[in-house]
Amino acid sequence: MKPWYPFRRSCKEVTALVIAREDRALSWQDRMGLRLHMALCSACPPFERQVLTLRNAMRQWRAYSENDETSR
Amino acid sequence: MSTADSSPFEHQLVEHRAYLMRFARLQLRNDAWAEDAVSETVLAALARPQAFGNRSQLKTWLVGILKHKIVDTLRHHSRQVTVGTGDEDEASDPLELMAFRGDGHFTEQPADWGDPEQDLRQRQFMAVLEACTEKLPPVQARLFLMREWLELSSEEICKELGLTATNLYVQLHRARLRLRECLDLNWFQNTRRP
Repeated sequence: MKPWYPFRRSCKEVTALVIAREDRALSWQDRMGLRLHMALCSACPPFERQVLTLRNAMRQWRAYSENDETSR
Repeated sequence: MSTADSSPFEHQLVEHRAYLMRFARLQLRNDAWAEDAVSETVLAALARPQAFGNRSQLKTWLVGILKHKIVDTLRHHSRQVTVGTGDEDEASDPLELMAFRGDGHFTEQPADWGDPEQDLRQRQFMAVLEACTEKLPPVQARLFLMREWLELSSEEICKELGLTATNLYVQLHRARLRLRECLDLNWFQNTRRP
């Protein structure tokens, strides 16, 4: 019988989850899988930081769209 | 805008028109719709000048009106808003934009973007971000900006446009990955290696 790892996620799956989290709530299993993977992986945390940077950037861009003082 | 103080309200509105058009075009990806939305915004402002008190916040007030007009426009054209023009990457898996090995591991570690807080405050960064958003296929751009500029929830977007959640998530997923890719190429790599 194939062993079952409910919280095991590949980098590709984790990448998809990190992106999906921007637009929808993840299941608790996915949240667990994400945390577990991030603790063990060296490639995915930089990707997650990029997505968080993008989130911040969009927030700043929104503010900029409303009160950029010097119109182009 | 030193002349704005003495100019009548109408002139001040005209000064902001180009700015409003820029954001309307970016969100709607249709010049005729954008023009209508901006015209309605200016008309609404003209009809109620007393609703606006502090002149320094005129732009914020106008953008607020514009956002409402744009949601109306998107709702009105909901069928066309979600139909691609053929340049959408419907068939491919968006994660193919990133390099994974067969076992689902990264072939190349994503770049460390460093601490870009300082960069993010720069006008050039906003210009690159806008250019990257402009490069998204129209449907992806509209849905992405509905989330990020109009700040609608995924549920609200599905309701306004009659989209299924799955369809919306696929499009947003593609948009976010493309934008990440574009910024990685056009901003972060350039700033690291000038």
